[in-house]
Amino acid sequence: MPEQPTHQPLAQTPAQTVGPFFGYALPYAGGSDVRAAWQSDAIRLHGTVFDGAGDPIPDAIVEIWGADAAGRPPTERGVLDRDAHGFSGFGRAAVDRGGHYAFTTIKPGATRTGLAPYLLVTVFARGVLHHLFTRAYFDDEAAANGTDPLLSSVDPARRNTLVAVSDAPGSYRFDIRLQGEGETVFLEFAALDFGLDGRHEEMQR
Amino acid sequence: MPRPAPQPGETQQVISTEIAALHRAAHDAAASGAPVPAHPPRDFPPYRSTRLRHPTHELVRADPEEIELVSPAFGHTDVAAEEADLTIQHTGEPLGERIILTGRVLDGEGRPVRNQLVEIWQANASGRYVHKRDQHPAPLDPNFTGVGRMITGDDGSYRLTTIKPGAYPWKNHRNAWRPAHIHFSFFGSEFTQRLITQMYFPGDPLFALDPIYQSISDQGARDRLVATYDHDVSEPEWALGYRWDVVLTGSKSTPMEPEDADHA
Repeated sequence: MPEQPTHQPLAQTPAQTVGPFFGYALPYAGGSDVRAAWQSDAIRLHGTVFDGAGDPIPDAIVEIWGADAAGRPPTERGVLDRDAHGFSGFGRAAVDRGGHYAFTTIKPGATRTGLAPYLLVTVFARGVLHHLFTRAYFDDEAAANGTDPLLSSVDPARRNTLVAVSDAPGSYRFDIRLQGEGETVFLEFAALDFGLDGRHEEMQR
Repeated sequence: MPRPAPQPGETQQVISTEIAALHRAAHDAAASGAPVPAHPPRDFPPYRSTRLRHPTHELVRADPEEIELVSPAFGHTDVAAEEADLTIQHTGEPLGERIILTGRVLDGEGRPVRNQLVEIWQANASGRYVHKRDQHPAPLDPNFTGVGRMITGDDGSYRLTTIKPGAYPWKNHRNAWRPAHIHFSFFGSEFTQRLITQMYFPGDPLFALDPIYQSISDQGARDRLVATYDHDVSEPEWALGYRWDVVLTGSKSTPMEPEDADHA
């Protein structure tokens, strides 16, 4: 009989797809305006979410989360019901029927010396059983990007999928490809995705 | 309401055979020592929509930086207390079985996830969503929208009053029906704890047939998505009660650490 652990870690709740019918529930007024567009430091981050056939996905929802211009995570309460003069760091935008999403936000500062600035991006969609995390770095930060540890660890052939491209003054394009040609690099975070007692349950079976 | 013509498509038997083969493979892998993932695989062919929507490259392991170790700061100003009661959002009473659903949101160490946003959405008692692309020919309920929000308490608890949703058909295969479920969205104390999932009701005969529920190969993990009927939550002459606790992350401790012996 296997030795029983004396401390039982709690069993993690599995993810399920967001499905196609979140449209009346998750999007909210102003959800894509992390920073009011009239603010002088506002930038646009936008793009299209594509599937493995290269077709735009009409039922995805994208969330972003980013530091302020000084690289500090926002801590102000009231993120949904935000003040247009403030900056909440969090945004949520459903794609339109053409698979396109758009946020207004600010360009974050680097959270630590030696890191390049980026926005954290989360993608949910029908057919995506567990959400996907990625990061949007900025193409006008070539020097910082060149030494960023995460970017440097990624296959050079795929690195540019993590970089938003300036396409107009104050505007960056960040397309997300779930599969196939130009597939976006998606991230998993250490120590967060292990079903330790899932393994334990199997041992008891 | 006219009855639609039956959809062509693969039979349930085809889908169920695929599910059984994938579960066998997962159990064999676990038996030979492979870790059992907490979440369903992103590629689960019996759920046909995963086919073109799962990454084919392995995910890149990243260390969470400062921004990923905190969460958006939702607060009580974001949510009105009435948003946790889906039965009072319109002038009349919604149709269906009124239920109370409560539970706690915890991290992998058992700590309550306090003051965080919980969002839910669901179909009505007839299995119809208030979404213009839901074309299931079941009636809409003018007194039920199916959207709720709440902020967890200091003990990580949430509580909502709603109507038990109905099962509904979908077009994954011929005669595909989703078990009754409520969609839940959680934020933890770290952005990396973000979770969107579905809560199911005990004893649903559709469990064995549903490729979304069955995308989780481990029975113990599947059971964690099913609420428990709780008679202490039920209210006399008013509503049936269910309890469902949620754990947003795996434990960061390993089960065999010697200091854990103190907890024996």
